[in-house]
Amino acid sequence: MYRSLGTALLSLVMAGSALPSRAQEAAGTLAKIKAAGEIVFGYRETSIPFSYIEKDQTPKGYSIDLCMRIAEEVKQKIGNPVLKVRFVPVSPQTRIPLLINGTIDIECGSTTNNLTRQEQVSFLPTTFITGTKIMVKANSPIKSIDDLVGHRIGLPQGTTNERAVKSYVDKKKLGVGVLNVKDHAEGFLALQSDRVDAYSTDHILLAGLLTKAQNPEGFRIVGDFYSYDPYALMIRRNDADFRLLGTKVLADLFRSREIEKIYRKWFQPFPNNAKVSEPPSDLLKASWELNALP
Amino acid sequence: MEYNWDWSILVQEPYLWWLITGTGWTLAVSAAAWCIAVVLGTLIGIARTLPNRFVAGIATAYTELFRNVPLLVQLFLWYFVAPEILPAPMGHWIKRDLPLPEFATAVVGLGLYTAARVSIQVRAGIQSLRRGLAMAGYAQGMTVAQVYRHILLPVAFRVVIPPFTTEFLTVFKNSSLALTIGVLELTAQSGQISEYSFHSFEAFTAATAIYILITMTVAAAMSLVERRLPAVA
Amino acid sequence: MMSDLQLILQSLPFLLEGLGLSLLLTLLVAVGGILMALVLALLRLSGNRALSTLAATYVNFFRSMPLILVIFWFFFLVPLVIGRPVGSFYSALIAFTLFEAAHYTEIIRAGILSVSRGQGWAAAATGLTYGQSLRYVILPQAFRNMTPLLLTQGIILFQDTSLVFVVSLSDFLTSVTIVARNEGRLVSMYIFAAVVYFAICFVASRFVHQFEKKAVR
Repeated sequence: MYRSLGTALLSLVMAGSALPSRAQEAAGTLAKIKAAGEIVFGYRETSIPFSYIEKDQTPKGYSIDLCMRIAEEVKQKIGNPVLKVRFVPVSPQTRIPLLINGTIDIECGSTTNNLTRQEQVSFLPTTFITGTKIMVKANSPIKSIDDLVGHRIGLPQGTTNERAVKSYVDKKKLGVGVLNVKDHAEGFLALQSDRVDAYSTDHILLAGLLTKAQNPEGFRIVGDFYSYDPYALMIRRNDADFRLLGTKVLADLFRSREIEKIYRKWFQPFPNNAKVSEPPSDLLKASWELNALP
Repeated sequence: MEYNWDWSILVQEPYLWWLITGTGWTLAVSAAAWCIAVVLGTLIGIARTLPNRFVAGIATAYTELFRNVPLLVQLFLWYFVAPEILPAPMGHWIKRDLPLPEFATAVVGLGLYTAARVSIQVRAGIQSLRRGLAMAGYAQGMTVAQVYRHILLPVAFRVVIPPFTTEFLTVFKNSSLALTIGVLELTAQSGQISEYSFHSFEAFTAATAIYILITMTVAAAMSLVERRLPAVA
Repeated sequence: MMSDLQLILQSLPFLLEGLGLSLLLTLLVAVGGILMALVLALLRLSGNRALSTLAATYVNFFRSMPLILVIFWFFFLVPLVIGRPVGSFYSALIAFTLFEAAHYTEIIRAGILSVSRGQGWAAAATGLTYGQSLRYVILPQAFRNMTPLLLTQGIILFQDTSLVFVVSLSDFLTSVTIVARNEGRLVSMYIFAAVVYFAICFVASRFVHQFEKKAVR
């Protein structure tokens, strides 16, 4: 979700100079995988439970499981039963450039599919739906941004969430104080230590933050969605064959409802905290239905 | 190098306003912290030269403590640690009821840190002329207070005025650290413009130009003041 | 509940790794910065007006910039120039070296000026070239004079490396912050960080002080 320093510029450079040649060279991700005898996954280190590592250093999570299914299909397609899977860590700043320049073949993280990004990369069907929400202490009377008048909210700098909340506040001319924080851990800390009355980011990340809290029942995630963030696996642009393969794998999972099993494994409850559980939203279920192409 | 130049974003809404408020916060933090630093630093610098061992020892300990811990760590101590170890109501007051809590914390942290640097200058200034002058004063039957009031300080201050202005420039640059505790000063604003507009080059250039412009202005004012000061033998 | 001490002991390998990165960065930047500053100082004293102005402009430019802004600049510039993402460590290394070189230049310039003119003339009179007199006569003495200042600047540099926090490079302070947040122990971990920094910087500055006394004799 971060649009941090440099991300944009890296992408610009890639889009401006490197893209034309490299896009052609990588035109066939499948051909590249076949030639290399390996498929390279980009993973995130702390996107719990989508893509993260723990002490054993093996990437795991919901998105990783889905990517593994795709790797299985690739094995069949290119007829290489011993195809290797290699993992490369990516960050919000590096995920797009590394995908474009061919360092990774598919990004298995927690990336929002939006039109700006589609100018540079392509996405498989939506695998998760989230959006901006706010988190407050459990004993707080605050139920939405509208209740925050005269209070203070923490916002992660440079994210779509920050923009969503600020534009809502401006539009309704609410007098809400803002504390800018560098990352989610800092924002959660500000809420815990009463520096702010609410903290805002993607609702699923708020839930993830709760898994790390000493007392998850001390906080509540409230309010409507203030933005729409569909997550998807990210692949290179202009690669119809690989895209079709990925779409087919996901459609199979959606149609057979196997997706629900995978989802339960990571979200009901969260892997590292049995007290936090996130059932699939109606919107997500509908999205699975819609993408269960025959 | 492919880059999509657009200098006009710097005068667009809301970016221009961000640069202006950023500069304002930078100047406000710097000026307030510098005042604390000069007053406290002078007192500590004087204390370090006093004949009283105990007072001089405490003052020296202050200087050593505050200049051997990185400024960023000190800011974190004031911001994250201090409110938690104080009695709860007081901590809560600092975090919530104090007007502009992040600004105030930045000013205090920066001021106390810089005071240690100032105290070194003041002490050196007094020591550079101490012996003969002070002896002469004591020989006349003056008390310690009188010697400082009438002899050492007036002369010493002429020596330390230039370092004081240099310290302002140091505080001015160090004020950028306030961004780590959420103060949207100039550096933070340029970073934010870069994140929002994707025009990092223009945003950082604007911030750089403002820093250099202010530094040059202060330096020019400084040399003007110095020239007017009576020379010290 | 683990005691604070247990927590620190348990996270020690991770924290030491961070401290190692801070020290490595300090060492590399000090070496690179001093070498670069030596060139800049010689340019400033070269007598060639264009070169000397160029060096002076460089020094004044970096001395009027906040270090954090320099770090931001290079985090976006370095990958742009190289054309691919590089590790944050290299961006930080370049940013710090260029920044610290400006500060070292002033120290080295003063050090060279502190060697009396007569020495240069004497060296020239014995038939040494300019380069030889620099190499064998002036620089050895200049470096002896300025060693305490260079070392003190090194301590300041070590403190400055904590600023890589703003780009999440895992130096000592960032590692401490990670542990502090994961375990919800900000108070004890930040006090621990302050104690470690203080111990290192205080001991180092005492050492410089002793060295200074000996050198002055």
